[in-house]
Amino acid sequence: MVTNTKVTLCGIEMDNPVIPASGTFGFGYEFAELYDINCLGTFSFKGTTRDPRFGNPTPRIAECPEGMLNAVGLQNPGVDAVIANELPKLAKCFHKPVMANVSGFSKEEYIETCEKLSAIESVGWIEVNISCPNVHGGGMSFGTSAQAAADVTKAVRAVTKKPLIIKLSPNVTDIASIAKACEAEGADGISLINTLLGMRIDLRKRKPLLANKTGGYSGPAIKPVAVRMVYQVYDAVKIPIVGMGGVSTAEDVIEMMLAGATAVEVGAANLVNPFACKEIIEDLPHVMEKYNIQNLSDIIGAAH
Amino acid sequence: MTQGFYEILSNVMIAKDIYEMVLGGDTSAITAPGQFINIKIAGFYLRRPISICDWDEKTITILFKTVGEGTMRLSEMKAGEKLDILVGLGNGFNPEACGDRPLLVGGGIGTPPMYGLCKRLLAMGKKPSVILGFASECDVVYEEKFKELGVETRIATVDGSRGVKGFVTHAMEGLSYDYFYACGPIPMLHALCDATDTSGEVSFEERMGCGFGACMGCTCKTKYGNKRICRDGPVLKKEEVIW
Repeated sequence: MVTNTKVTLCGIEMDNPVIPASGTFGFGYEFAELYDINCLGTFSFKGTTRDPRFGNPTPRIAECPEGMLNAVGLQNPGVDAVIANELPKLAKCFHKPVMANVSGFSKEEYIETCEKLSAIESVGWIEVNISCPNVHGGGMSFGTSAQAAADVTKAVRAVTKKPLIIKLSPNVTDIASIAKACEAEGADGISLINTLLGMRIDLRKRKPLLANKTGGYSGPAIKPVAVRMVYQVYDAVKIPIVGMGGVSTAEDVIEMMLAGATAVEVGAANLVNPFACKEIIEDLPHVMEKYNIQNLSDIIGAAH
Repeated sequence: MTQGFYEILSNVMIAKDIYEMVLGGDTSAITAPGQFINIKIAGFYLRRPISICDWDEKTITILFKTVGEGTMRLSEMKAGEKLDILVGLGNGFNPEACGDRPLLVGGGIGTPPMYGLCKRLLAMGKKPSVILGFASECDVVYEEKFKELGVETRIATVDGSRGVKGFVTHAMEGLSYDYFYACGPIPMLHALCDATDTSGEVSFEERMGCGFGACMGCTCKTKYGNKRICRDGPVLKKEEVIW
């Protein structure tokens, strides 16, 4: 059987739906040393803010059953340095439109960062993270109410013509209403889920393992939560969904697409197996054949 | 960095809670002493970063301490079993940086990388001396191995049960050196940097996500900017460390 893995995300065709998730792939170079990253559908680069950020104190990482907590706290060199240093370097090893991941602490900051990244030709999509659980006074606080999510969406919509994807938090009571609010304000897509807020405690020290106390839970353990939320959002909106949460295999990609995802991000798996995305992409045609899928785009939302 | 499956050739306890494991497989990705490997252990999500003690064309020797369930599981593994490992991680020590008389200091489970470094310094014709610090006699590793290399090897134990009573800095008297290399607990590294007039290199430890620079889980601030312990370290120059 001749299989076709192409999908179209917000008007841009991708060779396959596999996208390394922001924060697990840096700006691509570490992985480009290991394999040709042009096999990827695209990738979402390290969450970028207006100003440089060191992030949280260490320890920033704690292991969990089938996953991990992270509280990196959006360490990045700031948007100007990303544009001046990181993107030209990236252009040497990645030749497809890239997904720019943007975070912020105020509406003005989101606007400024999005505006600057919109002017960059190699940026295909802008993924606005209103769901980082590891920063205080920003990030997730924009993604936990429909009104705040709508406000940020409206504000950044006004400054970019690039496809605009809003990345949502699972740490909410009604994900569908937040997705709908973003859609109503002009979002071109929704990506979900960011990490689940969690905590682990050191039994000897009787203190949280993470210096930030709480962190975001990712990894295979959270996949059922992600599949459920993608399924719910698919019922609520007409714009495409980028599904993520614990995806580690080609089977997981197909499961996420059946729930309603047009494209699929792979996060924590990259950290444990640096070849995870390459292996998933190579495996996809075989798994499609196994499940009698000729065109991958045909199965989007097929579980409904 | 390469990823591969490595066969356990031996795995034996050599001190209290400390195991020596020899792994067979491709070692071509190892470029410097002080680098580490990252081991996937069945049943645990994240890999375990362990420093390389020594290596040759076909084998890697590591020493590890059982501190949690992952390393406990690793200690139970037998010769013949295979492990998925990322090899050749981190920058490692620079054996070229020192003169003829480098000082090597290992603290506890920070001792292993000093052994591979010592062998390479000797091969370069240099004359290293070694100080190893432990909590107690039952924790001492590789004293004989260093002595077999023919280098002056001093031991310090906190309780005085072996060698000099106290810390490694108490065992430095009369030693002449032009540079130092160290790996061990942060208070030891700090005290050593304060106690030495020469330049040197110190190897740090941090909880890691990936081990190869992707996740920013182990970043520290240095005088030369932010550095990822896994990728830009684990070895930092004395002059750049912010204590």
